[in-house]
Amino acid sequence: MLQNWKTGLVFLFLSGLILLFIVAPLAGMFLKTSGVQYLDTLADVEVRRSIRLTLFSSLAGVMVFGLAAIPLAYVLARKDFPGKGLVNGLVDLPVVIPHSAAGIAILGVVSRGTLIGQAGDVAGIQFVGGIAGIVIAMAFVSIPFLINAARDGFESVPEKLEKAALNLGASPWRVFFTVSLPLAKRQVLTGLTMMWARGLSEFGAVVIIAYHPMVTPVLIWERFTSFGLSYARPVAAVFVLVCLIIFVAMRLLAKQRIHKRH
Amino acid sequence: MLLIDKLSVQLDSFALEDISLRVAQDDYLALLGVSGSGKTVLLEVLAGLVKPAKGKILFNGSDLTCEKIQKRPVGLVYQDLSLFPHLNVFKNIAYPLRKKGLTFQQVHERVTSLAAQTGADHLLDRYPGTLSGGEAQRVALARTLAADPDILLLDEPLSNLDVQLKSGLRSVLRNIHKSGKAIIHVTHDFMEAATLASKVAIIENGRLIQFGTPEEVFRHPKTEFVARFSGIKNLFPCKVNPVSGSPGLYSGRVNDQLEILYLGKDGETTGYLMIPQEDILISEELIESSAVNRLQGMIREIYLSGSGMEVVVDAGAEFVVSVSRRSHDTMHLKPGKKVWLTFKASAVRFIEG
Repeated sequence: MLQNWKTGLVFLFLSGLILLFIVAPLAGMFLKTSGVQYLDTLADVEVRRSIRLTLFSSLAGVMVFGLAAIPLAYVLARKDFPGKGLVNGLVDLPVVIPHSAAGIAILGVVSRGTLIGQAGDVAGIQFVGGIAGIVIAMAFVSIPFLINAARDGFESVPEKLEKAALNLGASPWRVFFTVSLPLAKRQVLTGLTMMWARGLSEFGAVVIIAYHPMVTPVLIWERFTSFGLSYARPVAAVFVLVCLIIFVAMRLLAKQRIHKRH
Repeated sequence: MLLIDKLSVQLDSFALEDISLRVAQDDYLALLGVSGSGKTVLLEVLAGLVKPAKGKILFNGSDLTCEKIQKRPVGLVYQDLSLFPHLNVFKNIAYPLRKKGLTFQQVHERVTSLAAQTGADHLLDRYPGTLSGGEAQRVALARTLAADPDILLLDEPLSNLDVQLKSGLRSVLRNIHKSGKAIIHVTHDFMEAATLASKVAIIENGRLIQFGTPEEVFRHPKTEFVARFSGIKNLFPCKVNPVSGSPGLYSGRVNDQLEILYLGKDGETTGYLMIPQEDILISEELIESSAVNRLQGMIREIYLSGSGMEVVVDAGAEFVVSVSRRSHDTMHLKPGKKVWLTFKASAVRFIEG
C-alpha cells in the first residue's frame, strides 16, 4: 500500500507531524535551558536529593509490588477462571482513574486513622508525608504497565514448552523459573521498565500522599508555582535527561542479551 | 510392562474410547492411524498432559492414571520437538539432569554420551533456532533420554525429514530400543511402522481397531480400513455365494461381473476380498496350475516401485501385481498388452464389512 507514492506521502507527512508533536516540546525545553542553568541545577542539593528520592521510590515500588505482580500476570495468562474479565479490568483501573483521585483513594487506606496507617505507626513506617506513601502511590498508578506486559509475555510462551519441561521431570517451580520466566523475560523487563518510568513521572497521586519529602515532579511544580517557568524548566530538563539516559542504557543492555541467543 | 486398561478420554470435539493395550519393556509399539484419529491424544494421556475420563494406566503394577506429569516413567518427544529456544543444545540435553544432583563433570559426560548416541555431538553449542529438522529431532531425543524414562513416547518422529535423514534416525531409534527402552511411536506411515515396530496398534476415530505384530496386522487386517491403511491395493467389495459341490469354497462377486474364489466360512455375505499383490502370478499365456482363479485382462499402467515394478491390470477390476524388472523386460510388459493373472483361492482373504 505504501508503494503508492501518494499514499506514502500522506503517511509520511502524518507520521512526521506526530513525531514533531512529541519531540518539539522536549527539544524546546532542552534548547531553552543554557549550559550554566544545567550546571547550576545539577549542583542544586534540593534537586539532586529529589531526583535520588524519585528514582529510589519508583524502583522500590517496582521491587516490592512487582514481585507479586509477576505471579498475578502468569495466572492471568495461563488460567481461566470465573471473573477473569473482571480481574483484567481491575488491573487496568489505576490507569483510567484520575491520579489525584487515586491519591485520595490511597490516602483513605494509609492515613493515620486506618488499620494500615496504625500498623505503620507501630512499625515506625510513615505513609502520609513519608517515603513509604510515595512508594505506594507510585506503584499504584504504574503497576498495570507491568502486569499487562508480563501477561502478554507469558501468553507468548508456548504452553507445550512448560509441559515438555514437566515431562522431563522438572517441578512446577523449576519450570516457571527456567522456562516460563526466561522466555517471557523481554516483556517482563519491558513491563518493569515501564512501571519504573511511570512511577518516576507520577505527580497527582504522590502530591496528595506526600508533598514532602519532595519527589522531582512535585519539585518542578513547586518551582513553577513559586518562581515561574525559568526556574522550573532546568529542573525538568535535568530530570528528563537523567531518565532518558537510564532507559536508553537499559534497552541497550536488554537488546545485547537477546542478540546473543540468535 | 505398561498396561492401558479400557481408557476413555473426552475432549471438546474428540473422544478416545475404550483403549486397552499391553506394552512389554522390550516392545517397540507403532500407533498407526490417519491424522486426527487420536494417536497423539493417547500419548498425551500416557504423559499425563490430558486427563482420562475412564480407565487405568498401570506401569509394573503401579497406577499412573492420576500420577503427576513429572513423576511418570515416560519421556515424550513432541512432533514439534518443543526444544527450549533460550537454551543451547548442551543445556537442553542437560535440563533433566540438573535435578539429579550430579556434578558438572558428570552432567558434561552424560550430555556428551547422549549426544554421541543420537548423533548430536557436533551441535552442543548451537541454539535450537539454528538447527535443521533432523538435527533438532536428534537433540530432542537426547534430551528425553537424559531424563532416563522407561518408556519413550515419540510423536511422528520421522515426519518432515528427507529419506536420508529418516534412514539415519531409524537406526538411532533401533539402537535406543535395543538399549532397553520400550518405545511407543505414533505415525501415519505404515512402512515406518513395519520397518521399526515389534507391535502395531491401529487407531481409527478414537478406537483401537487392531493390535498385534506387524505380520499379523498387515497380513491379516481385520477391517477394510486397516487393509487400505496398510497399503494393500487389491481390495474389492464383494457379495459372497457358496460354490456348490466344493465345501469351504466360496465365490465373491466383484463389480457384478467378476467371480473370485476363496476359502471362506458360512455366514459371510458381503465384505471385501483381499489379494496380496505378491501372490498374483502374471503371464502372457494361461499357465496350467492348481490355482483356481484365472483372469484375463489388459495392462493399464506400469510404474516403478522400490526395486521392482507394479503392473496395473484391468481384469473386470483393477489388480495391482508386483513383478521384477527382469520379468517385466522378459515378458515385454507394456500398457495395452493382454495378460493372464492366476492366484490360489487360499491366497484370497475375506474381510467383513
